[in-house]
Amino acid sequence: MSYLEYNVKTAPTGLRKILFLNWPLILLLAAVSGVGFMMLYSVAGGSFSPWAGAQIKRFALGLGVMIAVAMVPIWFWRSISGAAYGVTIVLLILVEFMGSVGMGAQRWIDLGFMRLQPSELMKITLVMLLASYYDWLPAHKTSRPLWIAIPVLLILLPTALVLRQPDLGTSILLLTGGAMVMFMAGVHWGYFAAVAALAGGIVVGVFQSRGTPWQLLKDYQYRRIDTFLDPSSDPLGAGYHITQSKIALGSGGWTGRGFMQGTQSRLNFLPEKHTDFIFTTLAEEFGFVGAFSLLGLYALIVVFCITAAIANRDRFSSLLILGIGATFFLFFAVNMSMVMGMAPVVGVPLPLVSYGGSAMLVLMMAFGLVQSAHVHRPR
Amino acid sequence: MRRPNPDAAESHAKITRRSLLLGGVQLGFIGMLGMRMRYLQVEKADEFRLLAEENRVNIRLIPPARGEIFDRNGVPLAQNEPSYRITMVREDAGDVEQVFHRLSNLIELDPDALDRARAEMRRSAPFLPVTIADRVSWEEMSRVSVNTPALPGITPEVGLSRIYPMQEDFAHVVGYVGPVSDYDLSKLEDPDPLLRIPRFQLGKVGVEAKREDALRGKAGTKRVEVNAVGRVMRELSRREGVQGADLQLTIDQRLQSYIQARLEGESAAAVVIDCQNGDLLAVNSAPSFDPNLFVKGISVADYRALTDNKYRPLAAKSIQGTYPPGSTFKMVTALAALEEGIVSADDTVYCPGHLEVSDRRFHCWKRAGHGNMSLQTALRESCDVYFYQVALELGIDKLSAMAARLGLGAKFDLPLSGLAKGLNPSREWKESVRGSDWVPGDTVNASIGQGFVLASPLQLAVMTARLASGLDIVPRLVKSVNGVEAATPQANSLGLNENHLRQIRQGMFAVSNHKRGTAYRSRILEDGFRMAGKTGTSQVRNITAAERAQGVTKNKDLPWERRDHALFVNFAPVDDPKIAVAIVVEHGGGGSTAAAPIARDITLQALHQGEPPLAAYPRRDRGKIEQQQERLRRILPDRHGNRQDRA
Repeated sequence: MSYLEYNVKTAPTGLRKILFLNWPLILLLAAVSGVGFMMLYSVAGGSFSPWAGAQIKRFALGLGVMIAVAMVPIWFWRSISGAAYGVTIVLLILVEFMGSVGMGAQRWIDLGFMRLQPSELMKITLVMLLASYYDWLPAHKTSRPLWIAIPVLLILLPTALVLRQPDLGTSILLLTGGAMVMFMAGVHWGYFAAVAALAGGIVVGVFQSRGTPWQLLKDYQYRRIDTFLDPSSDPLGAGYHITQSKIALGSGGWTGRGFMQGTQSRLNFLPEKHTDFIFTTLAEEFGFVGAFSLLGLYALIVVFCITAAIANRDRFSSLLILGIGATFFLFFAVNMSMVMGMAPVVGVPLPLVSYGGSAMLVLMMAFGLVQSAHVHRPR
Repeated sequence: MRRPNPDAAESHAKITRRSLLLGGVQLGFIGMLGMRMRYLQVEKADEFRLLAEENRVNIRLIPPARGEIFDRNGVPLAQNEPSYRITMVREDAGDVEQVFHRLSNLIELDPDALDRARAEMRRSAPFLPVTIADRVSWEEMSRVSVNTPALPGITPEVGLSRIYPMQEDFAHVVGYVGPVSDYDLSKLEDPDPLLRIPRFQLGKVGVEAKREDALRGKAGTKRVEVNAVGRVMRELSRREGVQGADLQLTIDQRLQSYIQARLEGESAAAVVIDCQNGDLLAVNSAPSFDPNLFVKGISVADYRALTDNKYRPLAAKSIQGTYPPGSTFKMVTALAALEEGIVSADDTVYCPGHLEVSDRRFHCWKRAGHGNMSLQTALRESCDVYFYQVALELGIDKLSAMAARLGLGAKFDLPLSGLAKGLNPSREWKESVRGSDWVPGDTVNASIGQGFVLASPLQLAVMTARLASGLDIVPRLVKSVNGVEAATPQANSLGLNENHLRQIRQGMFAVSNHKRGTAYRSRILEDGFRMAGKTGTSQVRNITAAERAQGVTKNKDLPWERRDHALFVNFAPVDDPKIAVAIVVEHGGGGSTAAAPIARDITLQALHQGEPPLAAYPRRDRGKIEQQQERLRRILPDRHGNRQDRA
């Protein structure tokens, strides 16, 4: 069913839309972000500066952005999805040439008041474009090779650009997130099996290329993979992150050491304790109970997305909600696996909890789209 | 109004199926994460708790002392000086403001530094020391130390900071150190962890930057035990690092300081090189600046004063500046012509004051003409037409080959910042860069070191040293590293005909010893110290037709920036060459009046290793020289580097 078929009269209008927002979802987002504020306050040694205060401001801004996005009818967002994708690609190409160099990787454009990471934005615009593509494509063509080639290219183009920066974490998120949208749109499962087999081949290729002039990843990325496979090989070098983060997590026990009582994260054994490794602080201070509760909140958000998508009879809306939910899932799944030593350290933040402006804002914008789809759903 | 859509229901059902499937997988994965969490936090909790207790051993870096830099006689040029700073631990201090107040009664506190310290204390953990006063004098330091019982949380600490006792004399050679910037870090793929230590300094320019590898040394480590909140309880073990290597330069500090004083008031460059082994004895650029300002962090006003100065104190003119060598290039033309057999010593060329080349008239500096000129007289009187004529027969290829053999256009391997390559023009160069063919007029210009030719004072000094010795001298700046003598590049013969070289040297001798030589007034009278040289005056502008019509060609009538550069190169003693000197006085006017007298003073100073007797000078100049020596004696630093007040 397309938006042309809506019975427009029953959809809420004007400020009344606020009443029709998915408020439980907003509460969940606020709860997760609240956990983030607490942890940032704690890692700063019981202080709002430098992280927690800034993060609260960004969340407030993000909340405003989310509601603003939700007020705009979903069909408007559908109509600009192509343009949004195009602009983001252009921005990605721009960072290649004029982006500031941060930590050895070019990732952002400095806008003066904030640093824009086009790769973050790409995560939503890609999902938007894929959702509108499958909305437009007649269902019986979904699994034809030609009609599969197009979305595959749409996914691979930004993935390649992001990988060049190099930002392994984000490119994995883009690739997997895009594939998930294709799966939910109904592409035949055989293709996914084939790709999985191919991916196995690529992994072999990546390792084979090591040390040759055309090696596919940077040295530090190989080192991270090495130490993932065997953290004890270099306990004070690169394997340090993984070992230390497992120690911090494990020492939390059932109920943790108590708020602001964490020792491991406080003693600077962990790098990036306010960004990628913030989960260790939570796990250490609040133990299994705290860590599992956060995981539960995340799971609830995923479940909310899935039920909202199924309840929505507009094809674009449900694909969009599912795509955003899947991307959100990938965020925390990859981060937690990494922190718990189940995946290599690839540099993906914990969504809404890790300190970071671009990621927070982009996620809130994405949930704004989810809300818009919910408010303007066909009734 | 509904369109019947058979696809719709089917596709929605499919999305529902697929999303339930994927949702199931996602929840499954979340379950797995939960299991892992349980495994780490519940089952393995005791094990990790134990590891966490052991995790109280912290590894800290001990920064190494930076290597010091000395001149060839062991006079210190860059040293480490103990510097005292006062730190405060917030939790020990209790009432921070009250301690500040008490401290301010003892020593002077900078309000900005205090604000910074307050901000840092808010950010960092309460048990970490925060610096509240840096570079405190010994006296203030003692006052604080005596009163520590009344100043809870205050600790006086000792560190090392860089000091350059010779101040501006070595700013362009030794350079300076500064705090590590983000830009420095971004340039390095895998930065030394030392660079992340707060307050660590690394070389920014000059030898300090280029020999950073040797000077920095290696960090030591100490393992310390920390308690549960991170306070250091005791030191467990210590591995000393490697101190930075001391460098000894080939520069003679006394000569360098003398030259710097002698060049005062000019915008000039001077290089003195040992003709036999290539040791650089002095590399000066005037005016200069005090590198100690940069170590402490230069103020905006001071920095502006340096950048706004039209004499460009920050530029190392002797190695970074390139100038048309003017007539000092004539030895290259002459030697190439002799080697190619185009002229012999006795051949003469008639100089009518100009030469017509493809409808263009090239003037000699002497409009009336020199008459018949031989190689020697042409060098002595710097006749342009002789070299025009010879170069036309020689051609640019052979001229440029000879220039290259003498070191022009070459970039030497020296640990100095921004070494200029200069320009030794050739046919290929003009085609690729200018996109046009080489024309005979270009050769004519090049023959007297004008046109495209550019050389740094360093290159001119090397050229002169090669002419004086006949060896392929390569300049050397570092004499020894940690007392181990650095390899001297083996100087081999250039393979030039000794007889031809002698002709050139005799021509140069005549320049500063024959009555008609262009630098006769700057001759040295003392036997065994006589010098051979060549003046050069290089145009920095084209004289316009309008100017010529008005007759404004005198340098003193022009604004400073448009006056000619004055150059002089020489070697001495003429019978047994020991040193070669190159001088450029920017916009100084004529080489014979502005550059040659400086070169003579420097040459005598270098050969006498101190103040030369007045008898070395022509009688006429002695009065003036005596006054000059008197004045310079007052400004020069004494042997121990203690500088008297500059008048």
